[in-house]
Amino acid sequence: MEIFQYDFMIKAFIVGILLAVIIPCIGIIVVLKRLSMIGDALSHSSLAGVAAGLVMGINPIVGAVVTCIAAALGIEAIRKKIPKFSEMSIAIVMSAGIGLAGVLSGFIKNAANFNSFLFGSIVAISDFELVLVICISCAVLLAFVLLYKELFYVAFDERAARLAGVPVKAINFIFTILTAITVSVAARTVGALIVSSLMVVPVACAMQLGKSYKQTVLYSVCFAVGFTIVGLVVSYYARLRPGATIVLVGVICLLLILLVKWVAELSLRSKKAA
Amino acid sequence: MSNIIEVDKLTFGYTAEPILYDIGFSVRQGDFAAIIGSNGTGKSTLLKLLLGELIPKIGSIRLLDEDIRHFKGWSQIGYVPQNAVQTAAGFPATAEEIVSANLYAQVGLLCPIRKKHMEQARQALALVGMQDYAKSMIGNLSGGQQQRVMLARVLVNSPKLMLLDEPTTGVDASAAQSLYELLAKLNREKGLTIVMVTHDIVHASGYVSRTLCLEQGSVVELDRVQIAHELSHKHKHPQHNELTADGQGESKFER
Repeated sequence: MEIFQYDFMIKAFIVGILLAVIIPCIGIIVVLKRLSMIGDALSHSSLAGVAAGLVMGINPIVGAVVTCIAAALGIEAIRKKIPKFSEMSIAIVMSAGIGLAGVLSGFIKNAANFNSFLFGSIVAISDFELVLVICISCAVLLAFVLLYKELFYVAFDERAARLAGVPVKAINFIFTILTAITVSVAARTVGALIVSSLMVVPVACAMQLGKSYKQTVLYSVCFAVGFTIVGLVVSYYARLRPGATIVLVGVICLLLILLVKWVAELSLRSKKAA
Repeated sequence: MSNIIEVDKLTFGYTAEPILYDIGFSVRQGDFAAIIGSNGTGKSTLLKLLLGELIPKIGSIRLLDEDIRHFKGWSQIGYVPQNAVQTAAGFPATAEEIVSANLYAQVGLLCPIRKKHMEQARQALALVGMQDYAKSMIGNLSGGQQQRVMLARVLVNSPKLMLLDEPTTGVDASAAQSLYELLAKLNREKGLTIVMVTHDIVHASGYVSRTLCLEQGSVVELDRVQIAHELSHKHKHPQHNELTADGQGESKFER
């Protein structure tokens, strides 16, 4: 295939598929904890780190990782202080991240570099970034597999998990760090403005079809990988932005699933009525 | 019989004004006790203290003969929260996945859940009559069935004490009755000690062996005559029964 003649496309597929495996693993816990917007808050905060990195002359991804971790810990801390309005913590951190990114971006000389983080640049991945994504993906996947049952129980019922002996604080802390690292790396590739969609949309599709938690996790990963492959191919031939195309493929797929389910329910009801 | 819970001279408040003042009571092994009281009398606070989420400032709580400040055997305490049905609704997991998750102490950190754990989960589901729904998604079950799964989740660890917070909230009247019957059966046949916070004294009183009433910061144990008086008072207000059956209502104990 013509698409695989180019090194940058092969790199894009490797990075895209790796991220498509780990993002829904984080996404499912985020969705089940009713914190779907956390990806948005973290990715916007990562922009502040990117801007800080570009201003100070350090690697913007390192800057993004640092601010993302700080933002994620900030969300967790505020969430504990105001548990009844925990979603407010996301809005507070997101506002702070956008504000900081806005102020710092004024000092960046090469605006194009900063803009590439808004919508991502998966086809312009450097060798360093490729290695970084491979290492982070392996670490996140290993942590998710090892902490599979702990994350499941904490997402379902934190209090019962604590009573059962799960080290809830430690699990929440590790998960916060994993989320921050995943979001900051994904922001570089699919784009800060899109990363939270990739965290939620495959999970939303899988939740329509999964018959157990395990199935829902597997379907989420399969959907995300599918969206990435289709999105990259479409974006290559139609000359579209890859990150945005991947997310749009996902949203179209979700709408189709909902439509099919709705039609199936209607026909079932009409059969029963008859 | 030994005491499972022993509360002594406990005073607790979030501000300078105490919610619970110098309360003391004990729950013996094999008791099926209901804790009743109007809203704001400190039922939820007492439950949080018993679960170790709040630390007593004055007085003491002993669980299974151990001071709660140093208590480590939480896997022997089963807890069914008030909003269990709400939590379960829409969660993409099967009944057996949820029940087996509570076997954490047995399975251990970083170890996967194995077939034998799933078998234990199915046995716990059988105890509450839900063995046929092991592979059903929790969100597809009725409120009463979801509450039974929550009971199975607790029972899978063979706890010594089960604490329930308003177990009939969000459950219809007939499901509530069958839940009480099930709890009474577990108490009778398995010797399980049960402490249940409830508004629904009208239905619960027929099943529990003891009724503790929280009023104005103190605990009073009601005898059968006092309970009968409460019930006769409520029967004069037909609306009350409807309200208390689903736990939405509030009882006003005129003592």
